[in-house]
Amino acid sequence: MERFDRRYIFLVIFLIVLFPLLMPLGLPIRVSKEVSGAYEAIDKIPPGSKIYFACDYDPGSMPELHPMTMAILYHLFSHDVKVVGACLWPGGPPLLEDAFNKVAVQKFGKKYGVDFVNLGYKEGREVVMVSLGRDIPATFPADFYGTPVGQLPVMRGVRSLNDLDMIVNISAGYPGTKEWVQQVQSRYHITLAAGCTAVSAPEYYPYYQSGQLVGLLGGLAGAAEYEKLVGVPGTATRGMDAQSLGHLAIIVFIVLGNVMYLYLKKTGRLTRR
Amino acid sequence: MKREVPLIITAIFGCFMVIDFFVPHPLVSSIGETLQQWAIIVVAFAYVLGVANIARISGQKISRRSRDWFYQFPLLAGLVFMLTVGVVWGVGERTLFNDFYLYAYSPMQGTMFSLLAFFIASAAFRAFRLRSFEAALLAIAAIIVMLGRVPVGTLMWDKLPVVSDWIMNVPQMAAKRAIMIGAALGAISTGLKIILGIERNYLGGE
Repeated sequence: MERFDRRYIFLVIFLIVLFPLLMPLGLPIRVSKEVSGAYEAIDKIPPGSKIYFACDYDPGSMPELHPMTMAILYHLFSHDVKVVGACLWPGGPPLLEDAFNKVAVQKFGKKYGVDFVNLGYKEGREVVMVSLGRDIPATFPADFYGTPVGQLPVMRGVRSLNDLDMIVNISAGYPGTKEWVQQVQSRYHITLAAGCTAVSAPEYYPYYQSGQLVGLLGGLAGAAEYEKLVGVPGTATRGMDAQSLGHLAIIVFIVLGNVMYLYLKKTGRLTRR
Repeated sequence: MKREVPLIITAIFGCFMVIDFFVPHPLVSSIGETLQQWAIIVVAFAYVLGVANIARISGQKISRRSRDWFYQFPLLAGLVFMLTVGVVWGVGERTLFNDFYLYAYSPMQGTMFSLLAFFIASAAFRAFRLRSFEAALLAIAAIIVMLGRVPVGTLMWDKLPVVSDWIMNVPQMAAKRAIMIGAALGAISTGLKIILGIERNYLGGE
Protein backbone atom coordinates (compact mmCIF):
# COMPACT_ATOMS: atom_id res chain seq x y z
CA MET A 1 0.00 0.00 0.00
CA GLU A 2 2.93 2.28 0.79
CA ARG A 3 4.09 1.64 -2.76
CA PHE A 4 0.85 2.98 -4.23
CA ASP A 5 1.74 5.99 -6.35
CA ARG A 6 0.19 8.99 -4.63
CA ARG A 7 0.14 10.91 -7.90
CA TYR A 8 -3.02 8.96 -8.85
CA ILE A 9 -4.70 10.36 -5.74
CA PHE A 10 -3.54 13.87 -6.64
CA LEU A 11 -4.88 13.45 -10.19
CA VAL A 12 -8.29 12.24 -8.96
CA ILE A 13 -8.58 15.15 -6.51
CA PHE A 14 -7.55 17.61 -9.21
CA LEU A 15 -10.16 16.34 -11.68
CA ILE A 16 -12.90 16.06 -9.07
CA VAL A 17 -12.37 19.63 -7.85
CA LEU A 18 -11.97 21.02 -11.36
CA PHE A 19 -15.17 19.50 -12.76
CA PRO A 20 -17.74 21.42 -10.65
CA LEU A 21 -15.74 24.63 -11.01
CA LEU A 22 -16.14 24.37 -14.80
CA MET A 23 -19.68 22.95 -14.70
CA PRO A 24 -21.43 24.10 -11.47
CA LEU A 25 -23.84 21.56 -9.98
CA GLY A 26 -25.87 24.07 -7.98
CA LEU A 27 -26.17 21.92 -4.87
CA PRO A 28 -28.55 23.38 -2.24
CA ILE A 29 -26.94 25.19 0.70
CA ARG A 30 -28.34 24.84 4.20
CA VAL A 31 -27.82 27.71 6.63
CA SER A 32 -26.54 26.79 10.09
CA LYS A 33 -27.58 28.61 13.25
CA GLU A 34 -24.01 29.87 13.82
CA VAL A 35 -24.06 31.70 10.48
CA SER A 36 -27.61 32.98 10.85
CA GLY A 37 -26.58 34.30 14.30
CA ALA A 38 -23.94 36.50 12.66
CA TYR A 39 -26.37 37.56 9.95
CA GLU A 40 -29.09 38.53 12.42
CA ALA A 41 -26.67 40.49 14.64
CA ILE A 42 -25.40 42.49 11.65
CA ASP A 43 -28.93 42.92 10.33
CA LYS A 44 -29.95 44.60 13.60
CA ILE A 45 -27.30 47.35 13.33
CA PRO A 46 -29.11 50.62 12.54
CA PRO A 47 -28.11 52.45 9.31
CA GLY A 48 -25.41 55.06 9.88
CA SER A 49 -23.82 53.06 12.71
CA LYS A 50 -20.14 52.20 12.68
CA ILE A 51 -18.49 48.85 13.12
CA TYR A 52 -14.89 47.64 13.40
CA PHE A 53 -13.88 45.13 10.74
CA ALA A 54 -10.81 43.09 11.75
CA CYS A 55 -9.32 41.55 8.63
CA ASP A 56 -6.81 39.16 10.21
CA TYR A 57 -5.72 36.90 7.38
CA ASP A 58 -3.40 36.84 4.41
CA PRO A 59 -3.47 35.40 0.88
CA GLY A 60 -2.79 31.87 2.18
CA SER A 61 -6.38 31.58 3.38
CA MET A 62 -7.85 33.99 0.86
CA PRO A 63 -9.92 31.37 -1.04
CA GLU A 64 -11.78 30.50 2.17
CA LEU A 65 -11.94 33.83 3.95
CA HIS A 66 -12.13 36.48 1.24
CA PRO A 67 -15.63 35.38 0.12
CA MET A 68 -16.92 35.82 3.67
CA THR A 69 -15.30 39.24 3.90
CA MET A 70 -17.04 40.23 0.66
CA ALA A 71 -20.41 38.81 1.74
CA ILE A 72 -20.33 40.49 5.17
CA LEU A 73 -19.19 43.82 3.70
CA TYR A 74 -22.02 43.54 1.15
CA HIS A 75 -24.46 43.09 4.02
CA LEU A 76 -22.98 46.01 5.99
CA PHE A 77 -22.91 48.48 3.09
CA SER A 78 -26.39 47.46 1.91
CA HIS A 79 -27.56 48.58 5.38
CA ASP A 80 -25.57 51.80 5.11
CA VAL A 81 -23.31 50.83 8.01
CA LYS A 82 -19.93 52.57 8.13
CA VAL A 83 -16.88 50.36 8.40
CA VAL A 84 -13.57 50.96 10.17
CA GLY A 85 -11.27 48.23 8.90
CA ALA A 86 -7.80 47.25 10.11
CA CYS A 87 -5.46 44.28 10.11
CA LEU A 88 -3.22 42.52 12.60
CA TRP A 89 -1.70 40.34 9.87
CA PRO A 90 0.92 42.03 7.67
CA GLY A 91 -0.56 40.51 4.51
CA GLY A 92 -4.05 41.78 5.29
CA PRO A 93 -4.33 45.44 4.21
CA PRO A 94 -4.28 44.89 0.41
CA LEU A 95 -6.96 42.20 0.80
CA LEU A 96 -9.14 44.55 2.81
CA GLU A 97 -8.51 47.23 0.20
CA ASP A 98 -9.52 44.81 -2.55
CA ALA A 99 -12.75 43.88 -0.72
CA PHE A 100 -13.60 47.56 -0.07
CA ASN A 101 -13.07 48.42 -3.73
CA LYS A 102 -15.12 45.53 -5.06
CA VAL A 103 -18.00 45.91 -2.61
CA ALA A 104 -18.12 49.42 -1.15
CA VAL A 105 -16.96 51.41 -4.19
CA GLN A 106 -18.04 49.33 -7.18
CA LYS A 107 -21.35 47.96 -5.87
CA PHE A 108 -22.56 50.71 -3.55
CA GLY A 109 -20.63 53.79 -4.65
CA LYS A 110 -19.40 54.45 -1.10
CA LYS A 111 -16.68 56.99 -0.46
CA TYR A 112 -13.33 56.26 1.16
CA GLY A 113 -12.88 58.15 4.41
CA VAL A 114 -16.59 58.95 4.62
CA ASP A 115 -18.25 55.53 4.59
CA PHE A 116 -15.27 53.30 5.22
CA VAL A 117 -11.58 53.40 6.07
CA ASN A 118 -8.67 51.01 5.88
CA LEU A 119 -6.42 51.70 8.86
CA GLY A 120 -3.84 49.24 7.57
CA TYR A 121 -1.62 46.98 9.62
CA LYS A 122 -0.18 47.32 13.09
CA GLU A 123 2.23 44.91 14.74
CA GLY A 124 1.64 44.06 18.39
CA ARG A 125 -1.07 41.40 18.26
CA GLU A 126 -3.10 41.26 21.52
CA VAL A 127 -1.52 44.51 22.69
CA VAL A 128 -3.00 46.29 19.66
CA MET A 129 -6.42 44.77 20.37
CA VAL A 130 -6.43 46.03 23.96
CA SER A 131 -5.05 49.37 22.82
CA LEU A 132 -7.92 49.74 20.32
CA GLY A 133 -10.33 49.24 23.18
CA ARG A 134 -8.82 52.34 24.80
CA ASP A 135 -7.75 54.66 22.02
CA ILE A 136 -8.06 53.96 18.29
CA PRO A 137 -6.36 57.17 17.02
CA ALA A 138 -3.41 56.54 19.36
CA THR A 139 -3.10 53.00 18.06
CA PHE A 140 -3.59 53.89 14.39
CA PRO A 141 -2.58 57.57 14.07
CA ALA A 142 -2.80 57.34 10.27
CA ASP A 143 -4.67 55.15 7.78
CA PHE A 144 -3.24 52.76 5.16
CA TYR A 145 -2.39 55.74 2.91
CA GLY A 146 -0.80 57.80 5.66
CA THR A 147 -3.73 60.20 6.12
CA PRO A 148 -4.09 61.23 9.79
CA VAL A 149 -7.25 59.59 11.14
CA GLY A 150 -8.42 62.91 12.55
CA GLN A 151 -8.92 64.14 8.99
CA LEU A 152 -11.28 61.27 8.06
CA PRO A 153 -15.01 62.01 8.52
CA VAL A 154 -15.76 58.34 9.24
CA MET A 155 -13.51 58.51 12.32
CA ARG A 156 -15.34 61.49 13.84
CA GLY A 157 -16.63 60.55 17.29
CA VAL A 158 -14.67 57.32 17.28
CA ARG A 159 -12.30 57.28 20.22
CA SER A 160 -12.30 53.60 21.18
CA LEU A 161 -13.98 50.32 20.26
CA ASN A 162 -16.75 51.26 22.70
CA ASP A 163 -17.84 53.97 20.23
CA LEU A 164 -18.52 51.29 17.62
CA ASP A 165 -21.57 49.05 17.49
CA MET A 166 -19.90 45.76 16.76
CA ILE A 167 -16.67 43.99 15.88
CA VAL A 168 -16.56 41.61 12.94
CA ASN A 169 -13.42 39.52 12.83
CA ILE A 170 -12.30 37.36 9.91
CA SER A 171 -9.30 35.38 11.04
CA ALA A 172 -6.97 32.68 9.80
CA GLY A 173 -5.24 31.93 13.10
CA TYR A 174 -3.11 33.89 15.55
CA PRO A 175 -3.85 36.68 16.31
CA GLY A 176 -7.50 36.17 15.56
CA THR A 177 -10.88 35.20 16.93
CA LYS A 178 -9.59 33.60 20.14
CA GLU A 179 -7.61 36.72 21.03
CA TRP A 180 -10.50 39.05 20.12
CA VAL A 181 -12.71 37.09 22.52
CA GLN A 182 -10.16 36.88 25.32
CA GLN A 183 -8.69 40.37 25.11
CA VAL A 184 -11.55 42.53 23.81
CA GLN A 185 -14.98 40.89 24.11
CA SER A 186 -14.42 39.66 27.66
CA ARG A 187 -12.86 43.00 28.69
CA TYR A 188 -15.04 45.58 26.92
CA HIS A 189 -18.20 43.46 26.34
CA ILE A 190 -18.57 44.51 22.69
CA THR A 191 -20.70 42.42 20.34
CA LEU A 192 -18.38 40.18 18.34
CA ALA A 193 -19.05 38.03 15.27
CA ALA A 194 -16.32 35.97 13.65
CA GLY A 195 -15.42 34.13 10.51
CA CYS A 196 -12.55 31.68 10.40
CA THR A 197 -10.99 28.86 8.41
CA ALA A 198 -12.80 25.51 8.53
CA VAL A 199 -9.88 23.89 10.33
CA SER A 200 -10.00 26.40 13.20
CA ALA A 201 -13.80 26.61 13.52
CA PRO A 202 -14.14 23.77 16.10
CA GLU A 203 -11.89 25.75 18.44
CA TYR A 204 -14.33 28.66 18.48
CA TYR A 205 -17.58 26.72 18.94
CA PRO A 206 -17.35 27.05 22.76
CA TYR A 207 -17.24 30.85 22.38
CA TYR A 208 -20.37 30.76 20.26
CA GLN A 209 -22.14 28.50 22.73
CA SER A 210 -21.19 30.76 25.65
CA GLY A 211 -22.55 33.82 23.80
CA GLN A 212 -19.16 35.52 23.55
CA LEU A 213 -19.54 35.24 19.79
CA VAL A 214 -22.92 36.17 18.36
CA GLY A 215 -22.16 34.27 15.17
CA LEU A 216 -19.50 32.10 13.60
CA LEU A 217 -18.75 31.47 9.95
CA GLY A 218 -16.60 28.39 9.46
CA GLY A 219 -14.62 28.10 6.24
CA LEU A 220 -15.98 28.12 2.72
CA ALA A 221 -19.25 26.55 3.92
CA GLY A 222 -19.84 29.47 6.30
CA ALA A 223 -19.09 31.94 3.52
CA ALA A 224 -21.48 30.17 1.14
CA GLU A 225 -24.21 30.20 3.78
CA TYR A 226 -23.71 33.94 4.29
CA GLU A 227 -23.81 34.52 0.53
CA LYS A 228 -27.14 32.70 0.50
CA LEU A 229 -28.50 34.86 3.33
CA VAL A 230 -27.51 38.13 1.65
CA GLY A 231 -28.78 36.81 -1.69
CA VAL A 232 -25.53 37.30 -3.60
CA PRO A 233 -24.04 33.96 -4.65
CA GLY A 234 -20.30 34.31 -5.14
CA THR A 235 -17.13 32.27 -5.22
CA ALA A 236 -17.99 30.45 -1.98
CA THR A 237 -21.31 29.18 -3.37
CA ARG A 238 -19.53 27.97 -6.51
CA GLY A 239 -16.78 26.47 -4.39
CA MET A 240 -19.19 24.39 -2.31
CA ASP A 241 -19.85 22.07 -5.25
CA ALA A 242 -16.11 21.44 -5.54
CA GLN A 243 -15.80 21.01 -1.78
CA SER A 244 -18.71 18.54 -1.73
CA LEU A 245 -17.08 16.34 -4.33
CA GLY A 246 -13.69 16.78 -2.69
CA HIS A 247 -15.08 15.54 0.64
CA LEU A 248 -16.74 12.60 -1.12
CA ALA A 249 -13.44 11.71 -2.80
CA ILE A 250 -11.58 11.81 0.53
CA ILE A 251 -14.23 9.53 2.10
CA VAL A 252 -13.88 7.12 -0.83
CA PHE A 253 -10.10 7.14 -0.30
CA ILE A 254 -10.55 6.40 3.42
CA VAL A 255 -12.85 3.45 2.63
CA LEU A 256 -10.57 2.20 -0.15
CA GLY A 257 -7.51 2.51 2.06
CA ASN A 258 -9.21 0.47 4.77
CA VAL A 259 -10.38 -2.21 2.35
CA MET A 260 -6.80 -2.60 1.11
CA TYR A 261 -5.50 -2.53 4.69
CA LEU A 262 -7.88 -5.30 5.81
CA TYR A 263 -7.15 -7.37 2.70
CA LEU A 264 -3.39 -7.11 3.14
CA LYS A 265 -3.71 -7.85 6.85
CA LYS A 266 -5.82 -10.94 6.16
CA THR A 267 -3.41 -12.26 3.54
CA GLY A 268 -0.40 -11.46 5.76
CA ARG A 269 1.14 -9.13 3.20
CA LEU A 270 0.96 -6.04 5.32
CA THR A 271 4.36 -4.35 5.59
CA ARG A 272 5.17 -2.36 8.72
CA ARG A 273 6.99 0.92 8.27
CA MET B 1 22.44 43.08 38.05
CA LYS B 2 22.34 41.76 34.50
CA ARG B 3 19.84 39.15 35.65
CA GLU B 4 18.10 40.92 38.52
CA VAL B 5 17.07 44.07 36.63
CA PRO B 6 15.15 42.21 33.85
CA LEU B 7 13.53 40.01 36.52
CA ILE B 8 12.38 43.04 38.51
CA ILE B 9 11.07 44.79 35.36
CA THR B 10 9.18 41.63 34.34
CA ALA B 11 7.69 41.21 37.82
CA ILE B 12 6.54 44.87 38.07
CA PHE B 13 5.06 45.08 34.58
CA GLY B 14 3.59 41.57 34.73
CA CYS B 15 1.79 42.36 37.99
CA PHE B 16 0.64 45.70 36.61
CA MET B 17 -0.91 44.13 33.50
CA VAL B 18 -2.85 41.68 35.69
CA ILE B 19 -4.10 44.58 37.84
CA ASP B 20 -4.95 46.54 34.69
CA PHE B 21 -7.21 43.74 33.46
CA PHE B 22 -9.26 43.61 36.66
CA VAL B 23 -9.18 47.22 37.97
CA PRO B 24 -11.03 49.72 35.74
CA HIS B 25 -9.59 52.79 37.52
CA PRO B 26 -8.70 55.76 35.19
CA LEU B 27 -5.17 56.03 36.63
CA VAL B 28 -4.48 52.33 36.09
CA SER B 29 -6.02 52.49 32.60
CA SER B 30 -3.95 55.54 31.69
CA ILE B 31 -0.66 53.88 32.72
CA GLY B 32 -1.79 50.66 31.01
CA GLU B 33 -2.49 52.57 27.80
CA THR B 34 1.01 54.11 27.83
CA LEU B 35 2.62 50.75 28.46
CA GLN B 36 0.69 49.23 25.58
CA GLN B 37 1.89 51.96 23.22
CA TRP B 38 5.45 51.20 24.37
CA ALA B 39 4.86 47.49 23.76
CA ILE B 40 3.64 48.17 20.19
CA ILE B 41 6.80 50.19 19.48
CA VAL B 42 9.06 47.53 21.00
CA VAL B 43 7.32 44.73 19.04
CA ALA B 44 7.68 46.72 15.79
CA PHE B 45 11.45 46.57 16.27
CA ALA B 46 11.20 42.79 16.02
CA TYR B 47 10.67 43.28 12.28
CA VAL B 48 13.96 45.14 11.96
CA LEU B 49 15.66 42.35 13.88
CA GLY B 50 13.88 39.77 11.71
CA VAL B 51 15.08 41.34 8.47
CA ALA B 52 18.62 41.67 9.84
CA ASN B 53 18.54 38.05 10.94
CA ILE B 54 17.35 36.78 7.54
CA ALA B 55 20.11 38.76 5.84
CA ARG B 56 22.74 37.43 8.27
CA ILE B 57 21.68 33.77 8.08
CA SER B 58 21.28 33.89 4.28
CA GLY B 59 24.67 35.56 3.94
CA GLN B 60 26.26 32.82 6.07
CA LYS B 61 24.61 30.08 3.99
CA ILE B 62 25.86 31.64 0.76
CA SER B 63 29.40 32.18 2.01
CA ARG B 64 29.61 28.61 3.39
CA ARG B 65 27.94 27.11 0.31
CA SER B 66 25.52 25.27 2.65
CA ARG B 67 22.85 22.91 1.31
CA ASP B 68 20.49 24.69 -1.17
CA TRP B 69 22.50 27.89 -0.70
CA PHE B 70 21.45 29.24 -4.12
CA TYR B 71 17.82 29.56 -2.93
CA GLN B 72 19.01 32.36 -0.67
CA PHE B 73 19.50 34.62 -3.70
CA PRO B 74 15.81 34.81 -4.71
CA LEU B 75 14.90 35.15 -1.03
CA LEU B 76 17.19 38.12 -0.50
CA ALA B 77 16.35 39.61 -3.90
CA GLY B 78 12.62 39.39 -3.12
CA LEU B 79 13.12 40.95 0.29
CA VAL B 80 15.18 43.86 -1.04
CA PHE B 81 12.91 44.35 -4.06
CA MET B 82 9.63 44.46 -2.10
CA LEU B 83 11.18 46.70 0.57
CA THR B 84 12.49 49.09 -2.07
CA VAL B 85 9.29 49.36 -4.13
CA GLY B 86 7.21 49.69 -0.97
CA VAL B 87 9.36 52.44 0.52
CA VAL B 88 9.98 54.34 -2.75
CA TRP B 89 6.57 54.14 -4.50
CA GLY B 90 4.23 53.37 -1.58
CA VAL B 91 1.95 50.42 -0.89
CA GLY B 92 -1.47 51.71 -1.90
CA GLU B 93 -3.63 50.92 -4.88
CA ARG B 94 -2.12 51.00 -8.39
CA THR B 95 1.44 50.80 -7.07
CA LEU B 96 4.13 48.36 -8.11
CA PHE B 97 4.13 46.90 -4.58
CA ASN B 98 0.41 46.23 -4.76
CA ASP B 99 0.71 44.62 -8.20
CA PHE B 100 3.44 42.27 -7.00
CA TYR B 101 1.41 41.54 -3.87
CA LEU B 102 -1.78 40.73 -5.78
CA TYR B 103 -0.31 38.99 -8.82
CA ALA B 104 2.75 37.20 -7.37
CA TYR B 105 2.69 36.87 -3.57
CA SER B 106 -1.04 36.24 -3.31
CA PRO B 107 -1.29 33.39 -5.90
CA MET B 108 1.89 31.79 -4.51
CA GLN B 109 0.51 31.72 -0.98
CA GLY B 110 -2.84 30.47 -2.29
CA THR B 111 -1.06 27.68 -4.14
CA MET B 112 0.77 26.57 -1.00
CA PHE B 113 -2.53 26.42 0.88
CA SER B 114 -4.32 24.56 -1.94
CA LEU B 115 -1.69 21.81 -1.91
CA LEU B 116 -3.20 20.80 1.43
CA ALA B 117 -6.20 19.31 -0.40
CA PHE B 118 -3.92 16.88 -2.25
CA PHE B 119 -1.93 15.93 0.83
CA ILE B 120 -5.04 15.48 2.98
CA ALA B 121 -6.51 13.10 0.39
CA SER B 122 -3.25 11.15 0.23
CA ALA B 123 -2.94 11.07 4.03
CA ALA B 124 -6.58 9.93 4.38
CA PHE B 125 -5.88 7.01 2.05
CA ARG B 126 -2.72 5.96 3.87
CA ALA B 127 -3.21 6.84 7.50
CA PHE B 128 -6.92 6.66 8.43
CA ARG B 129 -6.78 2.99 9.45
CA LEU B 130 -9.46 1.25 11.54
CA ARG B 131 -6.87 -0.35 13.81
CA SER B 132 -8.99 -0.14 16.98
CA PHE B 133 -12.49 0.72 18.24
CA GLU B 134 -11.41 4.31 18.98
CA ALA B 135 -9.89 4.72 15.53
CA ALA B 136 -13.11 3.42 13.96
CA LEU B 137 -15.17 5.84 16.06
CA LEU B 138 -12.94 8.72 15.00
CA ALA B 139 -13.19 7.76 11.33
CA ILE B 140 -16.98 7.44 11.44
CA ALA B 141 -17.35 10.79 13.24
CA ALA B 142 -15.01 12.43 10.72
CA ILE B 143 -16.97 11.06 7.78
CA ILE B 144 -20.30 12.23 9.25
CA VAL B 145 -18.93 15.74 9.94
CA MET B 146 -17.29 15.95 6.50
CA LEU B 147 -20.54 15.01 4.77
CA GLY B 148 -22.75 16.99 7.12
CA ARG B 149 -20.86 20.21 6.41
CA VAL B 150 -21.30 20.10 2.62
CA PRO B 151 -24.46 20.28 0.46
CA VAL B 152 -24.01 16.77 -0.91
CA GLY B 153 -24.50 15.39 2.62
CA THR B 154 -27.95 16.99 2.86
CA LEU B 155 -28.85 15.44 -0.49
CA MET B 156 -27.78 11.99 0.73
CA TRP B 157 -29.74 12.20 3.99
CA ASP B 158 -31.45 15.35 5.24
CA LYS B 159 -30.72 14.45 8.91
CA LEU B 160 -26.97 14.19 8.30
CA PRO B 161 -26.30 17.89 9.09
CA VAL B 162 -28.27 17.44 12.36
CA VAL B 163 -26.06 14.51 13.38
CA SER B 164 -22.98 16.48 12.30
CA ASP B 165 -24.11 19.49 14.36
CA TRP B 166 -24.65 17.22 17.38
CA ILE B 167 -21.10 15.85 17.07
CA MET B 168 -19.74 19.39 16.85
CA ASN B 169 -21.90 20.81 19.65
CA VAL B 170 -21.75 18.00 22.22
CA PRO B 171 -18.72 15.63 22.19
CA GLN B 172 -16.45 17.99 20.23
CA MET B 173 -17.39 20.94 22.41
CA ALA B 174 -16.85 18.98 25.65
CA ALA B 175 -13.38 17.90 24.54
CA LYS B 176 -12.53 21.36 23.30
CA ARG B 177 -13.60 23.00 26.55
CA ALA B 178 -11.46 20.56 28.52
CA ILE B 179 -8.46 21.33 26.31
CA MET B 180 -9.06 25.08 26.54
CA ILE B 181 -9.42 25.03 30.33
CA GLY B 182 -6.24 22.93 30.60
CA ALA B 183 -4.36 25.27 28.27
CA ALA B 184 -5.61 28.33 30.18
CA LEU B 185 -4.46 26.87 33.50
CA GLY B 186 -1.10 26.11 31.90
CA ALA B 187 -0.84 29.69 30.60
CA ILE B 188 -1.72 31.11 34.04
CA SER B 189 0.88 28.90 35.66
CA THR B 190 3.55 29.89 33.09
CA GLY B 191 2.63 33.57 33.48
CA LEU B 192 2.98 33.34 37.27
CA LYS B 193 6.30 31.54 36.94
CA ILE B 194 7.61 34.30 34.65
CA ILE B 195 6.34 37.10 36.95
CA LEU B 196 7.84 35.41 40.01
CA GLY B 197 11.15 34.81 38.24
CA ILE B 198 10.94 31.00 38.37
CA GLU B 199 10.75 30.60 34.59
CA ARG B 200 13.75 32.39 33.04
CA ASN B 201 13.93 31.03 29.50
CA TYR B 202 13.24 34.51 28.12
CA LEU B 203 16.57 35.60 29.62
CA GLY B 204 18.35 33.05 27.48
CA GLY B 205 18.08 30.35 30.15
CA GLU B 206 20.17 32.21 32.73
